[in-house]
Amino acid sequence: MSERKVKLQIKDMTKRYDNGDGVEHINLEIYEGEIVTFLGPSGCGKTTILRTIGGFLDVTSGDILVDGKSIIALPPEKRPTAMVFQSYNLWPHMTIYENLAFGLQLRKVPKATIKKEIEDILKLVSMSGTEKKYPGQLSGGQQQRIAIARSLLLKPSLLLLDEPFSALDAKIRQQMREELKKIQSDLGITVIFVTHDQEEAMSLSHRIVVMNKGKFEQIGTPAEIYDKPATLHVASFIGEMNFIKRDGKTIAVRPEDLIVTEGTGGDITGTVRTVMLLGHYVVLNVQCGEDVIKCYVDRELSDRLHIGDEVSIGIGKHTVFD
Amino acid sequence: MFKMLNPRRFYHAVGRRKFLEFILLAVFILFFYGPLLNMLMLAFANEYTAPAVLPQVWGLKWWKYIFAQDSLVSSIIQSFIVAIVTTLVSMLLCIPAAYSIARFKYRGRKIFMLSFLLTNAFPKLGIYTSIAVLFYKYGLMGTYVGVVLIHMINSMMFMVWLPASAFRSVHRQQEEAARDVGAGPIRTFFKVTLPMAMPGIAVATLYTFLGSMEEAQGTMLVGMAKIQTMPVAMYGIVLDSSAVQIGAVFAILLIIPSAVLIFLMRKYIGPEAIAGGFKMK
Repeated sequence: MSERKVKLQIKDMTKRYDNGDGVEHINLEIYEGEIVTFLGPSGCGKTTILRTIGGFLDVTSGDILVDGKSIIALPPEKRPTAMVFQSYNLWPHMTIYENLAFGLQLRKVPKATIKKEIEDILKLVSMSGTEKKYPGQLSGGQQQRIAIARSLLLKPSLLLLDEPFSALDAKIRQQMREELKKIQSDLGITVIFVTHDQEEAMSLSHRIVVMNKGKFEQIGTPAEIYDKPATLHVASFIGEMNFIKRDGKTIAVRPEDLIVTEGTGGDITGTVRTVMLLGHYVVLNVQCGEDVIKCYVDRELSDRLHIGDEVSIGIGKHTVFD
Repeated sequence: MFKMLNPRRFYHAVGRRKFLEFILLAVFILFFYGPLLNMLMLAFANEYTAPAVLPQVWGLKWWKYIFAQDSLVSSIIQSFIVAIVTTLVSMLLCIPAAYSIARFKYRGRKIFMLSFLLTNAFPKLGIYTSIAVLFYKYGLMGTYVGVVLIHMINSMMFMVWLPASAFRSVHRQQEEAARDVGAGPIRTFFKVTLPMAMPGIAVATLYTFLGSMEEAQGTMLVGMAKIQTMPVAMYGIVLDSSAVQIGAVFAILLIIPSAVLIFLMRKYIGPEAIAGGFKMK
């Protein structure tokens, strides 16, 4: 990585709740202009970290710096961050224009400038012409677009997104991901994203921080996380993974890295359990002793295989865990 | 058309059960509104002697009489002044308390919440008499401050519980979003929380105002005839005078503000708004 500027630095940060949950000794550097996603199951601490950055939670110990300056003593309104929540972002008793203008009016921006900036930002999120509407009249996806627009208007140093697309249906979610990625690359803004959806994390991020039970399991690019999972949890959380127990160790290998041939004579032999057509490829579940191994085969091969047939599996790229 | 008003046709059209319900409703309405109608009629009766059904002479004689009496006109003004002051002071004290109950966690919060029910847990006269003892000690008898305090006692339960539930219904993230764009806590309260909680607060304020307008017992006790609000004056008239019409006119004068306010706020008042105010959280 070239000499990139560090935008956000979390230094040995701990946040402990009254009931003992929380995150401990968090250290992380986030560079300017990148999208970093905190990925993990519910309760792993990702939202906790996001909220401490946003100012909605106090830290128990440690420090958080933006552009080299500590921000933990600042209330949310004074921080250079802007947050988009999962829902309840917009104020229902105000029009879209008033929702967007709120922050700018606070900063004493002249009215003509406000009007122009709102027009521009609505164009950016494909919501032109909605100024006079109320949030209740918009769909979920449209509301989130306005919420993102409102945050961008304030030109924040950091854009924080707390599972913003989780409440939307699958098709809209995909669309919003693409739009967010485009906006981010156009504006060059640093984004911190929180999600439990690994597909979302993989498609959106420059780097992913995989978390579990309050700790970082692995930090890396999507490719690194996928190809070289550091722990068993990361291996099982991302994508499809087979776990084969051999000599007291666990071999983690992805279905696409297994080579299936008919008959016996490979690393592992087993019998075909199920054959499922998924479109241009087939999912083959093979029973090998106690394990069921998931493999991908092409249509040609699957046409020749039936349930109960003997097949051999060759293991390609894999990771070994203790 | 009159063929259709035949009860037999109606009975067969809606079925037995609905027919009986209709009869029940009609009886209830007559029972409830009958006296009010009678009163309405009396207010516009220049002359009326029972047992006639309708007045002998209609007119506005008694209205002119009332508005000619300084003491009665001043009692109307007193009522409004006390009601408005009570409502404003109640709002100033109770709404912050309601917000703290809704948003913050501190020890004794539930007990604090329940303590506001105490004012309605005991017979009013019992509370008033014991307060009177204290008021004598502090020289508050016969003063405006004393009367307003008495009126506030009735309003506290509504002015804390209903706004608290209204504030709770405002999602915390709405406030966080306001803080995030740069608004401080106070601005957030006035621009986001308060407008969104307005329906609940409006209902509570309405009850406080109307409750204060009709409060008689405590005012009589503490006001000591020095401060005459409308209900107090009305007791006096009705007991003294022989003209039953004066009471009727006064009663209508009392009803008008209530009716107007309730009509204006009919959108917000409903069983859900009130029932929702009494959930323990």
